[in-house]
Amino acid sequence: MNAPQTLSRWTHPGSSRVPFWAYTDAQLYQRELDQIFYGDHWCYVGLEVEIPNIGDYRLTWIGERQVIMVRDRVAPKDRGIDKGIRVVENRCAHRGVRFCQQPQGNARSFVCPYHQWTYKLNGELAGLPFKDGVAASDENGEPCVNGGMPDGFDVKQHGLTQLRVAVLHGLVFATFSDKTPPLEAYLGPKVVPWLDRIFKGHQLTLLGYNRQRIPGNWKLMMENIKDPYHPGLLHTWFVTFGLWRADQKSRMVMDDEGRHAVMISRRNEGGQNAAVTQGVTSFKENMALNDTRLLDVVTEPWWTIADPSDPGAQITPTVTMITLFPSLIIQQQVNSLSTRHIVPRGEGEFDFIWTHFGFADDTPEMTRRRLRQSNLFGPAGFVSADDGEVIELSQGGFRQWGEGGETLCELGGTGTEATEHMVTETLIRSMYAYWRKVMAV
Amino acid sequence: MSADGARLLLQLEIDQLNAAYAAALDEKRFDAWPEFFMEDGSYKVQARENFDRALPLALIALESRGMMKDRVYGVTQTIYHAPYYTRHVMSPAQVLGEEAGRITAQSHYAVFRTKPGDASEVYNVGRYVDQIVRTPAGLKFASRLCVYDSEMVLNSLIYPI
Repeated sequence: MNAPQTLSRWTHPGSSRVPFWAYTDAQLYQRELDQIFYGDHWCYVGLEVEIPNIGDYRLTWIGERQVIMVRDRVAPKDRGIDKGIRVVENRCAHRGVRFCQQPQGNARSFVCPYHQWTYKLNGELAGLPFKDGVAASDENGEPCVNGGMPDGFDVKQHGLTQLRVAVLHGLVFATFSDKTPPLEAYLGPKVVPWLDRIFKGHQLTLLGYNRQRIPGNWKLMMENIKDPYHPGLLHTWFVTFGLWRADQKSRMVMDDEGRHAVMISRRNEGGQNAAVTQGVTSFKENMALNDTRLLDVVTEPWWTIADPSDPGAQITPTVTMITLFPSLIIQQQVNSLSTRHIVPRGEGEFDFIWTHFGFADDTPEMTRRRLRQSNLFGPAGFVSADDGEVIELSQGGFRQWGEGGETLCELGGTGTEATEHMVTETLIRSMYAYWRKVMAV
Repeated sequence: MSADGARLLLQLEIDQLNAAYAAALDEKRFDAWPEFFMEDGSYKVQARENFDRALPLALIALESRGMMKDRVYGVTQTIYHAPYYTRHVMSPAQVLGEEAGRITAQSHYAVFRTKPGDASEVYNVGRYVDQIVRTPAGLKFASRLCVYDSEMVLNSLIYPI
């Protein structure tokens, strides 16, 4: 074994240059799992609507650990304060078996197939075969007991790992750490109003899933949605149809730690504006859709809220892209809504799981509209497919150079402040300022 | 012609339709692709987990030849992606029924992806569930649903399946 390398080799001050080893170092990645995914952070696991009934469960991930999100029975007296959502690790306390294999279903209890250890929905060990041994006769014909667990074996000490769980408006988060602050404090007052806007008072409906495996470091996806520079350049649909481009009214918001962010913008009419389209090869001046139903945008009343940073005023964004560190992106782009869950698989690869949703009071026409607009997003999306592609190419570039290389994130300077425009990489810098602190590099 | 003869002939016609469809895609003649469909034809690529649970989301969901042309424009002009070739391998069609001039058929497919200079990989595997209509211009798809088992897309899926 080689001695562990020192990781304190961040050479530039600040966070505007990110060394390539932040994306390619396998040991650093193991520390990220421990410090970030299994540390003092709330990680997204799913939506409450995915497990509507008692006993409903779904396999999901925190980092590389598979966990089970399940709806437990709740005593009537506790129903006001406990929704019954539990998250337990999918790893038997006996021999470490990943015992649950159905991606989702309904269960009365969880039973490990290997030795039939049986767990309640909340992860407590309910029982195991031969705990008290097997009755037999000794050589003198006297009754005796063979085997069994040692005296003092306490089932209460041998349950599944039970995670702390917090539910905000139907979004379910869990943490392995006792020290993670309460969820709303973790998210912070600058970010929560933007979650309220989409989720508060809304009953969600589940539209379905898309999954993609992207050969790049997991942080690149967080960066992608903290990077308002690229959408109007990489994505033809955004610049041409005015869905996201640098001449739009926009705001970049972050929490006090700089780890979470919201990119907020309001659609314009698109078309020619030399300041943002001249020389931009992805801009297609004469592009028109053959079937305009693909982009049949209808304004929804909930888009308008009291402006959190301008008391007395209102704000009506058409797009909010929310990054909740470390592993969740929430998309509202016109009528399309999704959560996107980052599941890292080593330093050079992650799975990206899209869960599209609507609202229970949507008309059938609105549901159809959301589904049509989902053609823009996901692994085949008119817009999002190219994000996965450029992330793969980024990782390729980092890998071929190695130590000494660095990315440059200095659009709008080197600071980490919020802005009222999108011509900036401030959100990437603020995430890395936080990441450096957590990782002590 | 005997009933058996007619059934075999129909099966052969559908196999030829599928073969022509695969050739158009694998030869990147994308402009020819919408022409395999009726004007109001539908085309969907949907993960098996959504299909099996009756969740409506699809990876690609197009409801007209116009939308398919928009997809072709995206594939050829607007979606940035590293270049690749596809190779479709299909099973013979299974004709499941014929009612009011609509033939229901199913066939299995495996699509391999090859990036220039690289090895081939299994890209997308599933089945086509088709509604086919006879027109003066030959058989056309009223709908083609690609239900894919390979729920994890290898990064992106750009070209039609």
